[in-house]
Amino acid sequence: MTAIAVDAPRPKSRFLLDRPELVGPLFIAPAILYVFVLVALPFFLAIYYSVSAFTVFDPNYQFVGLKNFIDVIDSSIFQRTLINTFIFTIGAQVIGLLLGKFAAMLLMQEFPGRGIARALVVLPWAVPVSLATLAWLWMFDSLYSVINWTLVAIGLMDPARRWQWLGQQDLAMIAVTVVHAWRLFPFGVVIFIAGFTSVPNDVLDAATIDGAGFWRRNYQIILPIIAPIIMIAVIFGTVFTFTDLSVVYLLTKGGPINGTHVLGSLAFQVGILSGDVAHGAAICLFLFPFLLVAVIFLLRALRRREI
Amino acid sequence: MAAVAVNEIRKKFGDVVAVNGISLEARDGEFMVLLGPSGCGKTTLLRIIAGLEKPTSGQILIDGQVVNDIPPRGRGIAMVFQSYGLYPHLTVWNNIAFPLRTQGMARDEIKRKVEWAAGLLGIDHLAQRRPRELSGGERQRVALARALVRDPTAFLLDEPLSNLDAKLRTSARSELKQFQRTVRTATIYVTHDQVEAMGLGDRIAVIDHGRLRQVGTPSEIYEHPADEFVASFLGTPPMNLIEREGGSMGFRPENFLPKELLNGAAVVEFPFRVDRVEYLGSEHILYGSLEGRAAKREVTAKLPAHATLKGISPGAWHVFAVRETELRYFDREGRRTQHP
Repeated sequence: MTAIAVDAPRPKSRFLLDRPELVGPLFIAPAILYVFVLVALPFFLAIYYSVSAFTVFDPNYQFVGLKNFIDVIDSSIFQRTLINTFIFTIGAQVIGLLLGKFAAMLLMQEFPGRGIARALVVLPWAVPVSLATLAWLWMFDSLYSVINWTLVAIGLMDPARRWQWLGQQDLAMIAVTVVHAWRLFPFGVVIFIAGFTSVPNDVLDAATIDGAGFWRRNYQIILPIIAPIIMIAVIFGTVFTFTDLSVVYLLTKGGPINGTHVLGSLAFQVGILSGDVAHGAAICLFLFPFLLVAVIFLLRALRRREI
Repeated sequence: MAAVAVNEIRKKFGDVVAVNGISLEARDGEFMVLLGPSGCGKTTLLRIIAGLEKPTSGQILIDGQVVNDIPPRGRGIAMVFQSYGLYPHLTVWNNIAFPLRTQGMARDEIKRKVEWAAGLLGIDHLAQRRPRELSGGERQRVALARALVRDPTAFLLDEPLSNLDAKLRTSARSELKQFQRTVRTATIYVTHDQVEAMGLGDRIAVIDHGRLRQVGTPSEIYEHPADEFVASFLGTPPMNLIEREGGSMGFRPENFLPKELLNGAAVVEFPFRVDRVEYLGSEHILYGSLEGRAAKREVTAKLPAHATLKGISPGAWHVFAVRETELRYFDREGRRTQHP
């Protein structure tokens, strides 16, 4: 008997990747895994440790309820740190984004060398934070500070009483805020340039014809139109700054006398360097409600302004 | 008196001459259309009149005043843009009120004027909406209302119908004409669409490569084109141009008919070979060539749909003819001449 050639049924697996119900989860899995391992897990671990008496010297788990939080709130260093964190976050946002806006306005103009200027502005982004902070460390140095030298040279500072940028609490706070603003600045520039170029030319021309001068065009037309973009920059910048400890840690190590700590650096100092994991975790968790509120508030504002 | 006049306007962008010495005036209450292909400089000219671009040389007069050094807001003009340029973050009401606010007008006066303009254009009920919640036609009316509230000496319109779909464009066109008749304000309207130009314009200025080719009423432009460019830019299909000694000769496709349809008149005959026929509902378009004549492009004839095509078949020769009065002559430079 001759066998009749029958088309072998195609293996179903051949079209497996055409099925959205399989491909969807497959593609999203790495992102979920990433968020779970690097965000959710540490977060719940922090909660777990924050209600314990866990230290690296005594690794037995002992539940202590909210005692760590009460300890932390009572500590004057923490109170100072909390205030610092707000000064640091708000100050850096305001300085970085405001200067970013003006720089973006300048860089929108046509002038020879604009391409080079734009590239230079983005440079702070490309430099590793540790290297950049070292450069700033020299600029704020007690003896060789180029900032003081300049101020003396133009007669604004008494050479006998040079400022100790990193040795006085208020000056050190200004220093860390300025350095962080400098890090945010390119981001601000890029966001504002993107915003400015997204405003249709017809709208700007219409405003000009309608009699709007420079200020009215900028603050009644352009700024409201690009507000959603700026909002995203503010959310991102706030979260980025609020949780940042690198500038403070590299520039002042939280000193002088714990005067420039922010929540991140204090938590690192207490929880990791001093080994008091429980209190460190409690400090860390103070970041959470503020960030949550900030993000909810900004996202709602964003939806309202949607145009 | 001229509401808007330009005198020998030239504009160069780098080495590119966008506008090359145009002089033109729009009279009070006149609907003037600037017509030309894309990139011919018509929009640049409009922007120069508005004050959004500075001319390289030449003079702009609005209401008899030289306004070269006056900023746009001081020129007493209002402009409607191709994509309308509505302020996306403001309501319709505030969009219309914006030009009045910049003038520092009193609140009651603003309210009165905005209501008047919105009423005239039938958009009162949209006052609290934002531009993104409006249809294309509604946006266009808001843009017109915003132009209207300022009581301008002239309206400058830059292809305001090009963003509407074909059906809406027809109704918007007649509304626009109606609107302009009502407010009787001089209007300069830029378009590349000859149907819009013919339908709207009191006069049409045909522009090509930065130069003014002809100014005249729609029928002057169509019937008596000043040169070959105007002849071939207007009309669908455009005027047939065939070579002759000392230049060229032109006739409109609708005047190019089978000889038997032109009984009695003095005609010039052409043997015409039809290559293909298009049926367009209201008419037939016949494409073909003439015997013994070099045409500058394919020769077309346009026959009303009810005219019989009996005996006319693709590939065969037919005797077609044009009335002598419908023939136009151009010299070697392409300029119109009166006689052969």
